[in-house]
Amino acid sequence: MIPAKTKPISKETQSKLKKVGEYLETSPRLKDQQGQLMGALHYVQTLFGYLPQEAMEYISEKLSIPTAHIYGMATFYNYFSLQPKAKYQIYLCKGTACYVAGGARIQERLKEELKIGLGETTPDGMFGWNITRCLGCCGLSPVMQVNEDIYVRMVPEKIPAILEKYRRQDKKAAKVKEAGIGAFDHPGK
Amino acid sequence: MDKKIVLLKDTSIGAADKTKEYYSLILNLLRDQNLQDSVQVVRVADIGFYDQGLVLKILPGQVTYGRVQESDLLPVITETIQGNKVLDRLALEPNEKQLRIVLRNCGQIDPENFDDYIAADGYAALKKVITEYKPEQVIEQLKASGLRGRGGAGYPTWMKWNFARQVKAEQKYIVCNGDEGDPGAYMDRSVLEGDPHSVIEGMMIGAYAIGASQGYFYIRAEYPLAVERIQKAIAQAYEYGLLGKNILGTDFSFDVEIRLGAGAFVCGEETALLASIEGKRGTPQPRPPYPSIKGLWGKPTVINNVETLANIPVILLKGGAWFGKIGTEKSKGTKVFALTGKIKNSGLIEVPMGTTIRDIVYHIGGGMLASKGIKAVQTGGPSGGVIPKEFLDEPVDYENLQKLGSIMGSGGMIVMDEDDCLVDIAKFYLKFCVEESCGKCAPCRIGGFQMLSLLENITSGKGTASDLAKMRRIALAMQKASLCGLGQTASNPVLSTLKYFAAEYKSHIEDKKCVAGKCRYLLNYQIIPEKCKKCGLCLTNCVFGAITGNREQGYILDPAKCTKCGRCYEVCKFKAINKG
Repeated sequence: MIPAKTKPISKETQSKLKKVGEYLETSPRLKDQQGQLMGALHYVQTLFGYLPQEAMEYISEKLSIPTAHIYGMATFYNYFSLQPKAKYQIYLCKGTACYVAGGARIQERLKEELKIGLGETTPDGMFGWNITRCLGCCGLSPVMQVNEDIYVRMVPEKIPAILEKYRRQDKKAAKVKEAGIGAFDHPGK
Repeated sequence: MDKKIVLLKDTSIGAADKTKEYYSLILNLLRDQNLQDSVQVVRVADIGFYDQGLVLKILPGQVTYGRVQESDLLPVITETIQGNKVLDRLALEPNEKQLRIVLRNCGQIDPENFDDYIAADGYAALKKVITEYKPEQVIEQLKASGLRGRGGAGYPTWMKWNFARQVKAEQKYIVCNGDEGDPGAYMDRSVLEGDPHSVIEGMMIGAYAIGASQGYFYIRAEYPLAVERIQKAIAQAYEYGLLGKNILGTDFSFDVEIRLGAGAFVCGEETALLASIEGKRGTPQPRPPYPSIKGLWGKPTVINNVETLANIPVILLKGGAWFGKIGTEKSKGTKVFALTGKIKNSGLIEVPMGTTIRDIVYHIGGGMLASKGIKAVQTGGPSGGVIPKEFLDEPVDYENLQKLGSIMGSGGMIVMDEDDCLVDIAKFYLKFCVEESCGKCAPCRIGGFQMLSLLENITSGKGTASDLAKMRRIALAMQKASLCGLGQTASNPVLSTLKYFAAEYKSHIEDKKCVAGKCRYLLNYQIIPEKCKKCGLCLTNCVFGAITGNREQGYILDPAKCTKCGRCYEVCKFKAINKG
C-alpha cells in the first residue's frame, strides 16, 4: 500500500505537478473526467519516470477521482511503475521467438550477474531488469534492450561485457560532469 | 534516365558467398560506363530466391536474373539497365507465393509523406464511398468481399458494421484495436508504422458505414514509432481537410484521437479495451450486450483490428467481388503472418488464404535453419495450438486451423525443430496467459495457476500419471466458464500438445526424460574422460562448486551439487560434457 505522506513536496516535484495541471487543462476532454485518467497517468509516467504518490494525489483532486481508483490503475497496467526506474533499464524480450532461441538462459544469467529479481533495481540504482513481450525483432532473437540500445542474437556469455560497458560509460560520464564539461543527455547512448 | 537500383545476393548453397566480390565488380563496371551516379547497388540479406547462384534484382521494372556469371554483368548493365531490355536467358520466373494487400504500401512509400500515399491511390476509396455510396452499399460491398476480422476470432466484418448501423443512437464510435500484445506477432505495428494513412482511411470508411462521428486509435505504448506515425498522419489528414467537419464537401464529419495502452495483454479483448479507454482497469465485461450495441460509454461501438482496417480501402476501390475471389470458400483475402522460429528467413509475409503451411515454411521461409528436421508449427500465439509436421500440407484458413486444434489468431507463426520441447512450449504459453490474466473471473485466474503448477511438476520430474487427466479437466472448465477469450483459449496450447505429442508428456512423466533436452531439471551432466583435454574451463565456470579436480588428474562433476545450469556444457570446446 502507499505509505502515509511524511516529507514535504520538493520544489522540483512542485514545478512538475504544475505541468501536470497544465496538461489536464489543455488535453482533449473525453466524455467524463475519468476518461482523462489514462492520458494523465501516461503524462506523469513520462515526466517523472514513475508515478509518485504526490502526482497521483494531485490528479485525484483535479479530476475528482478517488486515489484508490488511481492506485488500482497504476498497479493494473505494467507500463506504470510506482518506483523510480534504474539508470540503465534492461528489458529482456520474452516473446515466443526469443524464448525458442534460448531467452530463458539469458534471463538466468542476468539474474545471476545483477543479483536482483525481476522488476527490482540494484542498490546503487544502476541497473534494473524486466521482461517485455516482443520487441518486434523476432528474426534476430534473442533480443535484449538496455535503455534504447538493442542487443540482438544474445548469448549468456555476452552479458558481463555489456554490463561492464555501461558501468564504464557511467564512470566516464560522471568524470565529465565533475570536470564541468557538461553531462551526457542520455546515459544510454 | 531515372535512378535505378540493383539488388544482389549470392544464393548458392554450400559454396562460399561471393556477393561482396560481385558487388565490387558491378561497381567497377558501372564506373566504366559512367553510371555510378544513376545506379545504386545494394547487397540484400534476402532476395526471395534460393540456390539460384548469384541473383540480381533490378528496380524499378522488377526483373530478376539468376545464375549470373561474371561475363553476364556487362550485358546486364548495357542492355537491361541502359536499354531496358530483359535478357530472357537469365530471367527467373517469379516464384512469388505472396500477395500483398495489407502490406501493399509498406516499404514502398514514405509513411510520413502524405503525397506518397495519395500517389498510391490513397483516399480514393474514401472519396468514392462518401460521394457515390450510401452506407448500406458499403456494407453490401463488404458482404460480397467476405472479409473477416483479422484480430483472431474471424467474425465477419460486415455483420459487425451492420449491427452497429441498425442501432439508433445520436453518438456512435469506431475504435481501431492496435493493442498487439501477442508475443511473436508484429504485423499491426508494421502497418501502423509503414502505412498509417491506410488504417485511417479504413476507419473513416467504417465510420461512414455505421454513422460514427468519432474514432479512437488504441495503440500499445510500447510502440512509440507507430504512435508517432499515426499522430503525424492524423495531423496531415486534418490539414488536407480529410478529417474534421464536412469532409470533401459532404455531410460526413469525423474526428480521430489516439489513446495509449499501458502494457496489459488482456486489453486486446474488446470490452477490456473499452474499459481502458474509459479510464478503468482493463477487465472484460460479459457479452452480450456486444459493443456493436452497447460499447464505449454505452454507445454503439465498432472495434476493428489494424489489419482488418488496412484491407478496407482496397476492397472498396477494387470491389467486394474482386476480394471475394481471393482465398478459400469461407476465408477470403490474404493474411499477414509473422514467420519466426527455426527458419532461414523470418519476417512478415502475406499470403492468400488457403496457402499450405509447407509452402509458407519451405518456399517463403526458405526452409529450416539448421539441419534439424521440422517438428511442429505454432500458430495463433498464446491462444493457439501447435500443428505437427504431418499436417504441413493443410491449407491455412480459419476453419482448417480450428479443425487442427489451433487458431488463426493475430498471425504469429513459429516454426519449431527437434530441439524444441513441446511440453516446455506449452508451459511458456500458459505462463504468459497466467501472468496476463486480469484476475476477474475464477476459472481463468485459478484454473490457469493450477494447470501451470501441474506443468511445472511435469517438467521438473515430479509429474504423476494422473496429471494429464487433471489438466484436461481444468482445461474444459476454463474453456466453458471463463469470461473472455483470454481464459477460454488459454488452455489451447496445452490441449493441442497433449493431442499430438502425448508421447512427449509420457516420457517426461514416466521416464523422467526430456528428449529435446530443454527441461533442465530432467537433464544430467557428465564429463566424458576420453574427450576431456583437462583445460579446466568447466571448473572456472562452475559457480556452484560441482566440478572438482585439477589439470593432472582431470575433472569430476558431482551430480549432487550440480544445479544443471548448463554453463559447463556451453563453455566446453571439446564437447567433453554429456547432456542427457
